[in-house]
Amino acid sequence: MPTSTGANAPPILAAQRISKSFGEVPVLFSIDFDVRPGEVHAIIGENGAGKSTLMKILSGFEQPTSGTIVFDGRPTTLPPNGEAEGMGIVLIHQEFNLAEHLTVAESIFLGRELKHFGFLDVRRMREQTQSLLDTLHVPVDPSARISTLTVAEKQMIEIAKAISRDARVLIMDEPTAVLSVAETRTLFEQINRLTARGVAIVFISHKLDEVMQLSDRVTILRDGQLIATLDSKALTPDSAAQMMVGRELSNLYPPKHEPDVDAPLVLSVKGLRSNGVHDVSFGLRRGEILGFAGLIGSGRTAVAETIVGLIHRDAGELDFNGRPVHFANVAQSLAAGIVYMTKDRKGKGLMVNMGLRPNLTLPTLDRHLKGIFIDTASETRALERAVRRFDIRARDESVRAGQLSGGNQQKLMLGKTMESEPEVIIMDEPTRGIDVGTKQQIYHIVAALAAEGKSIILISSELQEVIGLSHRVMVMRNGRIVGELEGTEISEEQIVRHQMGIEGKTAA
Amino acid sequence: MTSVARDREPAVKTRRLRMSVFGPLLALLLLLILGSLLNGNFLTFANMANIVARASFIGIIAIGATFVITSGGLDLSVGSMAAFIAGMMIIIINSAVPSMGTGWSVIILGIAAGLAIGAAAGAANGLLVTAGRIEPFIVTLGSLGIFRALITFLANGGTLNLNFQAAETYSPLYSGSILGMPVPIIVFAAVAIVAEVVMRRTTFGRHLSAIGSNEQVARYSAIKVDRVRLMTYVLQGFLVGMAAALYVPKFGSANSSTAVLWELQAIAAVIIGGTMLRGGFGRVWGTVVGVIILELIGNILNLQSFISPYLNQAFQGAIIIVAVLLQRQRRTTN
Repeated sequence: MPTSTGANAPPILAAQRISKSFGEVPVLFSIDFDVRPGEVHAIIGENGAGKSTLMKILSGFEQPTSGTIVFDGRPTTLPPNGEAEGMGIVLIHQEFNLAEHLTVAESIFLGRELKHFGFLDVRRMREQTQSLLDTLHVPVDPSARISTLTVAEKQMIEIAKAISRDARVLIMDEPTAVLSVAETRTLFEQINRLTARGVAIVFISHKLDEVMQLSDRVTILRDGQLIATLDSKALTPDSAAQMMVGRELSNLYPPKHEPDVDAPLVLSVKGLRSNGVHDVSFGLRRGEILGFAGLIGSGRTAVAETIVGLIHRDAGELDFNGRPVHFANVAQSLAAGIVYMTKDRKGKGLMVNMGLRPNLTLPTLDRHLKGIFIDTASETRALERAVRRFDIRARDESVRAGQLSGGNQQKLMLGKTMESEPEVIIMDEPTRGIDVGTKQQIYHIVAALAAEGKSIILISSELQEVIGLSHRVMVMRNGRIVGELEGTEISEEQIVRHQMGIEGKTAA
Repeated sequence: MTSVARDREPAVKTRRLRMSVFGPLLALLLLLILGSLLNGNFLTFANMANIVARASFIGIIAIGATFVITSGGLDLSVGSMAAFIAGMMIIIINSAVPSMGTGWSVIILGIAAGLAIGAAAGAANGLLVTAGRIEPFIVTLGSLGIFRALITFLANGGTLNLNFQAAETYSPLYSGSILGMPVPIIVFAAVAIVAEVVMRRTTFGRHLSAIGSNEQVARYSAIKVDRVRLMTYVLQGFLVGMAAALYVPKFGSANSSTAVLWELQAIAAVIIGGTMLRGGFGRVWGTVVGVIILELIGNILNLQSFISPYLNQAFQGAIIIVAVLLQRQRRTTN
């Protein structure tokens, strides 16, 4: 344990005048950054600002083009491929590095198993894991399989693993992006326990309120430049957002047009049941934005996937434009005019190793045929239209989808979704993990689509976004709709009361 | 913005594909030079035509394998299946000879039966993979054993021989030539051209890459994943039937050692040609080059006396491993 911590301690890890280029494209310009033992240092910035690259340099996954890394007061070249863990610098990726089939204890001791006469000492590993989890207040069974854990629990195991390897610097890439409010609170308690032990934390987040609450200092990056490093006390959400974007962020949400109460019902769902969905009923009008709030796992995605035929419907009726419909697969719902945009951009939304064009037209290739052959020119025109309409920014457009920033991936997915000119669009977490500037763009696109007469179901875990955009809000809990809010009733407090189950009312 | 991008696209592609495109072509060129140094008759039209004609069975099968592998599947049963179909064709033709004679009609019946049995056998593999949700490796390893046992059973442990007169009628389909070009080469080339166009320019081809690249993305993008998957196995079976239809007139017989280890050669050819073993990217012309490379290696081994030609299959095995190794390095350097 380091003896001195806090504001006066010397930094444990520092970057001095770090620059980084990929090929000829510079992404970081002479960045200075340091973190002290026992401190939480947040890095904020829009997508593409260079946060991830800086993090990878600080953990050895990338080498800087120029500049120096100083660890423990000595200039150091960090070993690549995560070997810096041996020095106590651990990067916790957004996608966790846990083998799903191993148990918790096996994961914690992976690669440095305890042995007894050459055989695995399973009992001792389990005991040590238990006491480690106890000190971290993580209520997980050491012999549970990783695949049975929730996302939040997996993250805790990653942290426990880091601690068990005497991590002195813990670098976290958007640790709260996939966590619910309660899980985020547990994570923050954990982080506070770690800093009390002298661990230095570097933390990337898109959520300004979290940054202000948790961190001691904040570094703001924009377009690869260091804008400022400040005490978080000196920061306000407005000033932070302004520094990130470089312009004033007024009207994050577009003005809501008044919903037309006489507009015809486009989609009507009655008594929907499927795996994870219990008796869900609601209606959606033309031009309406219907928000779906609820905790993660409350069944919102399952409702959407049941509607479009990705999950088998056990019971219930679906009326689309007054006619009963049943979709056995996505091709049928897409042909009818209902599309679902997944929240899992890389896993279900985009072919990351392919270009933008095949990604854009994948569901609608039939519209780009000349005889039986694909008309690439027509596809290219579609891409040009989508690039203009959704402002998709690519370094050059032959890049693969996986090389785009998160925000541009989201816009590409939006383009792909809109290619079939649907009437009903179900958007699942359309702004997860993307920067505030792009969020604003997406909000305006969503509002414009509704104004055009499209009907939108907006599933989001960001309450502000649900409140800022929706005409009406459904709150889900444990696979049921437990509340319906409209107009002035739509408030953070009301939604939270419903999703926590405080408000007892069960709506239609 | 887009016009700039379109101009740049070829440049980027060239960089990415440099190794994978020129690698096989370079290997082909080196083998041709080596062969002509070893024997002055190597580069003659006759020898080249002979090599490509002999490569056509494996070639047609390997083109089917290109589709299966691009969609993320695998078919190990192709060799046994070819032997089984060849045996069935011989039995069907022989038993039809008394009623239909030994003219072309009986041969056409045999070929049609071969293609149909191939498609049906492929459909069986495909249904077990898609509807049965069993790993393709296991399904086709199982059917590899089944088809091999069936041909042994049909031949009663010996050899099935085609009716002599029917064989005479059938023989020109392998040994004949049109405008100086041997028939099997024409068939092989036609299959390759159609397959290349299907792979590159049709919805089916695009959907294959999508499924091989990420099955979930394909499912969420309104692609009927199971149907496309099934089609690749049916196509593979059909092409195995076509290869068998060229094989029967060449040898006029089938037994338990017919087409042994063809799956090794077919998969090797696909991988050498630059198709990704894990799916997502396939290249038919690469497979054609791969097949010819394998055949050249066999031919060259026969022309020299330093290395035993009995080691031919060891070369093929080693080539698969090296080709996959190169693919992996390409992925990590990207």
